[in-house]
Amino acid sequence: MFFENRCVLCGECLKACPHGAIAQEDGVIRTTDACRACGTCVDVCAAGARELAGRWMTVAEVLDEIEKDRLFWDESGGGVTFSGGEPFLQPNFLESLLDACRARHIHTAVETCGYAQRDLLLRLSSKVNLFLFDLKLLDSEKHRASTGRGNESILANLKALTQAGRQVIVRYPVIPEINGGEENVKQMIKLLRSLGIGRIHLLPFHPTGAAKYRRVRLPNPLAARSREIENDGSLTSLVEHIAQEFSGRGFEVRIGG
Amino acid sequence: MNERVARLRQESLDTKPWLSTERALLVTDYYRNTRTVSVPMQRAEAFHYLMEHKTIYIGDDELIVGERGPSPKGTPTFPELCCHTLEDFEILHTRAKISYSVDGAAHRAQQDQVIPFWRERSMRDQIFKEMSQEWKDAYEAGIFTEFMEQRAPGHTALGDVIYRKGLLDLKADIQTSLRRLDFLNDPDAYREREELRAMSIAADAVVRFAERHAEKALEMAAHENNPHRRQELERIAEVCRQVPAHAPRDFWEALQVYWFIHLGVVSELNTWDSFCPGRLDQHLYPFFKAGLEARTLTRERAQELLECFWVKFNNQPAPPKVGVTAAESGTYTDFANINSGGLKPDGSDGVNELTYLILDVIDEMRLLQPSSNLQLSKKSPDRFLQRGLEIVRKGWGQPSIFNADAVVEELVRQGKDIEDARSGGTSGCVETGTFGKEAYILTGYFNLPKVLEITLHNGYDPRTGKKVGIETGDPRGFHSYDDLFSAFRQQLHHFVDVKVQGNNVIERLYATYMPAPFLSILIDDCIVRGKDYNDGGPRYNTTYIMGVAPGTCTDSLAAIRFHVFDQKHLSMADLLETLDANFADSQSQERTRLLLWNKTPRYGNDDEYADRILADVFNAFYDEINGRPNTKGGSYRVNYLSTTCHVYFGSVTGATADGRRAGEPLSDGISPVQGADRHGPTAVLKSASKMDHLRTGGTLLNQKFTPKVLEGQNGIDQLAHLVRAYFKLDGHHIQFNVVAADTLRDAKANPEKHRDLIVRVAGYSDYFCDLTDALQDEIIARTEQTELC
Repeated sequence: MFFENRCVLCGECLKACPHGAIAQEDGVIRTTDACRACGTCVDVCAAGARELAGRWMTVAEVLDEIEKDRLFWDESGGGVTFSGGEPFLQPNFLESLLDACRARHIHTAVETCGYAQRDLLLRLSSKVNLFLFDLKLLDSEKHRASTGRGNESILANLKALTQAGRQVIVRYPVIPEINGGEENVKQMIKLLRSLGIGRIHLLPFHPTGAAKYRRVRLPNPLAARSREIENDGSLTSLVEHIAQEFSGRGFEVRIGG
Repeated sequence: MNERVARLRQESLDTKPWLSTERALLVTDYYRNTRTVSVPMQRAEAFHYLMEHKTIYIGDDELIVGERGPSPKGTPTFPELCCHTLEDFEILHTRAKISYSVDGAAHRAQQDQVIPFWRERSMRDQIFKEMSQEWKDAYEAGIFTEFMEQRAPGHTALGDVIYRKGLLDLKADIQTSLRRLDFLNDPDAYREREELRAMSIAADAVVRFAERHAEKALEMAAHENNPHRRQELERIAEVCRQVPAHAPRDFWEALQVYWFIHLGVVSELNTWDSFCPGRLDQHLYPFFKAGLEARTLTRERAQELLECFWVKFNNQPAPPKVGVTAAESGTYTDFANINSGGLKPDGSDGVNELTYLILDVIDEMRLLQPSSNLQLSKKSPDRFLQRGLEIVRKGWGQPSIFNADAVVEELVRQGKDIEDARSGGTSGCVETGTFGKEAYILTGYFNLPKVLEITLHNGYDPRTGKKVGIETGDPRGFHSYDDLFSAFRQQLHHFVDVKVQGNNVIERLYATYMPAPFLSILIDDCIVRGKDYNDGGPRYNTTYIMGVAPGTCTDSLAAIRFHVFDQKHLSMADLLETLDANFADSQSQERTRLLLWNKTPRYGNDDEYADRILADVFNAFYDEINGRPNTKGGSYRVNYLSTTCHVYFGSVTGATADGRRAGEPLSDGISPVQGADRHGPTAVLKSASKMDHLRTGGTLLNQKFTPKVLEGQNGIDQLAHLVRAYFKLDGHHIQFNVVAADTLRDAKANPEKHRDLIVRVAGYSDYFCDLTDALQDEIIARTEQTELC
């Protein structure tokens, strides 16, 4: 990742890059597709403008990191949340971590989009104390249009988890026009009541991803739209309205995660 | 708050501080005409003369009465301690920040009467005459400061004696001590007699001061047309006749007695900082409870009286400094710091219903004076912490939060009785003491990074080229980090010696020439011992030296260890050259600066490499100071706070190896270097706990959040967990900045300075400086909205 605002244009990364993937044009440093994320430039950047996103870690290393904050989550009654990306994309690693946490009496939560193989999900679910389950759109066609996949297996997974008696909090990212409409809210309420799920977190849309798109040199498909939503100002009232809809039907609602 | 309180509060806020020469003139007048008497008697008589003649002020609508100056915000000077020059007056009058109005009459009085008498006679003059050349060199280099060159040793908080005994009762105790004097066998009998007689006169002085308020109130009542106010004035007169001569009988009298005592202490001498009522909620609770039960007091009335009392503190700006420090923007704060909660002497939870009322008062009054804090014990109910944090969240910096259990342990470790420890607390900024029983004198800040700078220059101060330290070897010849650290320790040893030698002379100067007989009446066991507060009369006598910028010092040592000795990125010679050039000689020096700043293991990140160095720095300073005897039968102790001194110390300290440029502020308190902590608050708290707080007399940790982080019950809960967790680690104190938009704007313009600023973005938090410009703007706007509602 490249933090443009920290760069002092010293050019050291350009000299150091073994793949010739860094260029300076018009007084701006650019990283090209030749980048292999080897991290050489990170080491030579005195300004700290370059960071490697993600790193390889062993189960033991992750546990050390978790244990560092034990005092704090002991105090708050919290624990660890495995998030992502999608944790179920690394099921073996996730399972090892869950086992290790159980052995140490660490409360575990897993945040998932719900798009996972059912038997895998169910098998690991017995090792998870709490699921934070993303639910975006109940209309499968609209879901497909926005995410590239229908929602059938996601809904089936949610049902399977609740039938297996797992603790689930549904997280609903509210994006105006895409999934903030009355119809979707109504369908959600109906579904969650039928499943006996009583807790929901509303996550208002935020444009934070924009910076990271830039840092990792990817085009941001929602750039223009997200600026509109930001400037519009109606998001807060929309989220509050949805919160009332849910709490009016007996849900425990939290705005924000 | 009701209409009366709102008006009094607004008047206090609107009235500009001004300098009054009344006290200086009265004291000068007394000294000019004094007969030959012993020093304690001279001090007591001067005090009596002052309280007998100073202007009595009772404002419209006031319920609690008495001012240090002739009227609110009138600030006296103390020429016997330090005498302002006319130039000082001019600076105070005209400076942009923290100014005091000085009128023509004050100028003339200072010129014609005060300066001619006190020139070369003030304590400040005496102190500078008595200090060694070594001391002066170190002082001028900015190694340490000296509190007593501008003000008297004070720094204590009051216990519960004044709620149990009137000054007439205390005079009877003084008589008992006088009767016990043994002129046959006790060589100190004469000295003790003079001190005890002085105490007796000082008690009379404040009784008389109160009587004069009673007279004034009755006189005003006689001319008052409003029958309701007339009644109030008559009641004020009755209160002022009861206290402080006799013990208070009800809630109103209990507040008024403290206020008269407070005015007595801060008029006798300038004890800035920080005389305060200590455990106000516990002291007042019996009066509160009895009043409610007897239906002579309502909760509303109690709140009104407390709020009138609060305004009184805000009416007393700190007496301004003299000399070069007068030019710097100082503070109006006199550091009275009210403790709430904590433990009772028997070790049970000290929170009561009055505690919550006082928190309501703090919340409503929103005044910088008095300052306030929570004494949070593991026994304190969560409701207490949560209520405090609701106020913290409003973003004006109060109350700060102390670990009451750690405070007790610190005091007991210093050899104090456990019940005395539990009835103690913290005063000033974060300083630990047993209330009503201890003189715990802050003697000066101590610049740790400057000692390192002088170590790196083999005893020379690169700013002046002058040799101020000892020769500990050219660092270019050091073979290891251990060589460097051992040289640092030697240099530290030298400067602590110099500081302590100076302190021990200054302590004797005050014991001999500037006793405080009135303060001595109030602090156990001065009456029994027949000894002054400034001469070892109190039960406990502690002398503090305050370490400044352990953060900058640690990071600088870590940078040298990492880059010079471990990784060998640069040689010691290159580093020294770069620091001496303030990173400005070449592009490559700036690159070195960035390397040092960004790629050093730094304190505040739960990083063992850096945190072990912090512990080493802590231990080095501790070992040098802790347990050294002072001249009053007590010991030296360390604490870690910087108030604003890290800015001054920064201004005299060259570039440091952590990448800080010459002249920039050092780190504050025990906080990490500004912007160096990048792993969130839990990492900061864990790093901070690597120093042994229990062996200090106080540490100060600042944490900064934007209001969004603390929104909702969830925000309060999370912050409460954070505080409790830090206190489990034996952290002494924590305070929160809930940041406003201005800071965020500055953060946007100068991101390097605000790297550690956390903002709540949406369902998560992030470092402000890592966000895009647009998002920063959005959050700036959001923050302002938060402030408006």
